[in-house]
Amino acid sequence: METVFNKVRKSAPKAALLMAVAAGAMLQGCSSTESSEAAALVSGVAGDAASKVYVAPGQHDELYTFMSGGFSGQVAVYGVPSGRLLKVVPVFSQNPENGYGYNEETKAMLNTSFGFVPWDDLHHPKLSRAAGMTDGRWLFVNANNTPRVARLDLKTFETAEILEIPNSAGNHCSPYPTNDNEYVLAGTRFSVPINVEGDGKYEDVNFDEYKEKFRGSISFIKVDKEHGDMDLDFQILVPGFDYDLANGGKGPSSDWVFFTTYNTEQANTLKEIGASQNDKDYLAAINWKLAVKYAKEGKAKEMPAYYYHNKLDEKSHIAKSEIKKTVRILRPEDCPGLMYLIPVPKSPHGIDVDPTGEYMVVSGKLASVIPVHSFSKMLKTIEKKDFIGNVGGIPILRYESVLQGEVKEPGLGPLHTEFDDKGNAYSSMFVSSEIVKWTLKDLQVKDRIPVYYSVGHLVIPGGDTKKPYGKYLIAMNKITKDRYLPTGPELAQSAQLIDISGEKMKLLLDFPTIGEPHYAQAIEAKKIAPNSVKMYSLEENSHPYAAKNEKEARVERKGNEVHVYMTAIRSHLTPDNIEGINVGDEVYFHVTNLEQDWDVPHGFAIMGNNNAELLVMPGATQTLKWVPQRAGIIPMYCTDFCSALHQEMQGYIKVSPKGSKVPLAFSTGAKKPKA
Amino acid sequence: MKTVSRLLMFLAAISIGLLFLFPMWKILVQAPQYPEGLQMHIWINKISGNTDYTLQNFNILNHYIGMEKIEPDSFKELTYMPYIVVFFIISGVLIALLNLKRLVLPWVALLMVAGGAGLLDFYMWLHKFGTNLDPNAPIKIPGMTYIPPFLGGKDLLNFHAVSLPGAGSIGIALAVILGLGVYFLERNREPQRIKTLA
Repeated sequence: METVFNKVRKSAPKAALLMAVAAGAMLQGCSSTESSEAAALVSGVAGDAASKVYVAPGQHDELYTFMSGGFSGQVAVYGVPSGRLLKVVPVFSQNPENGYGYNEETKAMLNTSFGFVPWDDLHHPKLSRAAGMTDGRWLFVNANNTPRVARLDLKTFETAEILEIPNSAGNHCSPYPTNDNEYVLAGTRFSVPINVEGDGKYEDVNFDEYKEKFRGSISFIKVDKEHGDMDLDFQILVPGFDYDLANGGKGPSSDWVFFTTYNTEQANTLKEIGASQNDKDYLAAINWKLAVKYAKEGKAKEMPAYYYHNKLDEKSHIAKSEIKKTVRILRPEDCPGLMYLIPVPKSPHGIDVDPTGEYMVVSGKLASVIPVHSFSKMLKTIEKKDFIGNVGGIPILRYESVLQGEVKEPGLGPLHTEFDDKGNAYSSMFVSSEIVKWTLKDLQVKDRIPVYYSVGHLVIPGGDTKKPYGKYLIAMNKITKDRYLPTGPELAQSAQLIDISGEKMKLLLDFPTIGEPHYAQAIEAKKIAPNSVKMYSLEENSHPYAAKNEKEARVERKGNEVHVYMTAIRSHLTPDNIEGINVGDEVYFHVTNLEQDWDVPHGFAIMGNNNAELLVMPGATQTLKWVPQRAGIIPMYCTDFCSALHQEMQGYIKVSPKGSKVPLAFSTGAKKPKA
Repeated sequence: MKTVSRLLMFLAAISIGLLFLFPMWKILVQAPQYPEGLQMHIWINKISGNTDYTLQNFNILNHYIGMEKIEPDSFKELTYMPYIVVFFIISGVLIALLNLKRLVLPWVALLMVAGGAGLLDFYMWLHKFGTNLDPNAPIKIPGMTYIPPFLGGKDLLNFHAVSLPGAGSIGIALAVILGLGVYFLERNREPQRIKTLA
């Protein structure tokens, strides 16, 4: 049956073409362009799609798109409209390609209170903001598994900082920057026992004590205005639900941030049923400005904690870990007006605030309508105290009083909504695999377009800011089935580019992505490209093991440790002949790239090293640790094709048996005696 | 000299000062992998580039063909040339201030000789660098030399090199033109003045 279905569907475009040709023949004067357009329409692709995504060789894309790499733990950078992959930035995962998380400088980035965690599940990228608009300075991303928030520097496209989040278990609704980037907020997906009354340490809790003992937390990470450095200022202790997604208000609602919740039933087992019982879950509305005020006034209680904060130094490129031992906790019951709960249809996912800041759209993945709440009605409801109850002292507002209206029959499984610059909203429908366009004015569906398949999030460049760039929409799909050449049981993940500039949405392009693309942020290229760093200044390199010219290259022994101060420049390593190394020595190769030219990194690899390689940027120093396992002559070489003589950029290390007394010696190009 | 002539003479002397503000000569090379080009700037007292690292990158490229490293410290010219320039500026200004009409032509002539010598030195410098190649260079092409163009463009392997005077050199040209102008102005005026005196 499926085969028949597939056959019909696959031959549909051909059939349409035949029909169109026939129609063209019948209707004299019908141009060939029209008939090909008819064929294109049936296959779902806009007739002029190729020209709309074609970026000529040598030309640059209009936009950068930062896509989460899901379980790959990385961020992928694509050019739009071409869909070309520009870079993969390792964040929470070790990357042997450039030594991130393997070399001595970046290992500390992956330190956590659980030890070294070289992987994570990266879900949501969010760009830094200024006055409610993206400013192209930093990208914040979350680690869902071992709760962390990372900051990427968009001058270098490198991970600059990773902050672990205590009292969180599954950092899913994260990270959400406020309009002026004062704070980045992070909420927990799993509620867990948080021992606030005690000393913050482990408490023997049973699963059936969920309702009494389990709590959620929302973290307020303060961001330094100038350098972007993060600091966990305080946390709000929230009811023990699951927190799913968040979004900040804008304009009139700038002081507020909204979180969707599920499992308000507080089930601790078989959640697919247990967490799907209540007809309504809640949208948690938090006045973040007020929270900051309460915290400043001393309402936050300091309690013990244990979490890591890892930072990369800008000049030495060495990451250092700092262990933090306390956190300040704010409790809503002590802070009137801090938090309210707004009922929403069961198990909501996306919460999205429109560009004016007046409407909060809540997509309930199991709901048949999309409720649109009004911010001004919310304020009135609070003022009139039109409450229907409370959860642990947090008032629950009356659904009907806050509701602006419902989008009826939007499709199946509404998940997430973004906005264009013309008052339209676009919602992704996970179950019915489509994007639905509707208007905020009358909440009526205007258009729909199929996507392939099971779309999660969607992104419109600036679609979560005050002024969206309403030209494109990118759908991020979970499943690709028949869209690409098969690659065994695991198929490519995919994004689809859709033109939203006209009345009707038009499919322009499919492109495969790294890992699972959960969410993305897109920004005009001109906000980032001019600031891109071309190289690091060798002069400013403050790495303690840097060799800034070939004369400084040397080898030093300190007991069992050997430090090689090595330089790399087209097309040789200095030194390139090393002897006096014994089996079992801990050898540290500190390789400094002496180049001061754009796009000339040098790689460094040693035969049989149980590690990775180095990829050293011009002007930078990186360290590879090597413990030779056997005696012999071991080659080392440059791995990044640097010049016509790249293959010759190599050398040898002589490894002697353990306990040998071979003196340490090193050289490069010793002059041969005259013949 | 008339006030106008003295003013022009003063300007002639001062314009040589452009040599301290702008490079005398620029050599630009372009290759497929250097679409933005590399520019070497030759000044009266230093060698630089359009970026801080141009010289290093020139040297990296040159080492493939065995060309000697270009190091500003190894050019004696760069240490004494500024004194010569200062001499011309001061002497020019003195001629204008002290009304030394008879020294105008010798000053211009000397300046032209110095300029000529500079060009000759530059030519020889280019020749030396382009031909004095390390016999062990990785890239050797029989019969090939790498003398950059003295003036104008030239193709050297994958590089297109262009050599042009910089704004500093315009200072010398301006000084010569103005100096000659002063000389001719004064020469034409002379017979009239004799008549009036008589």
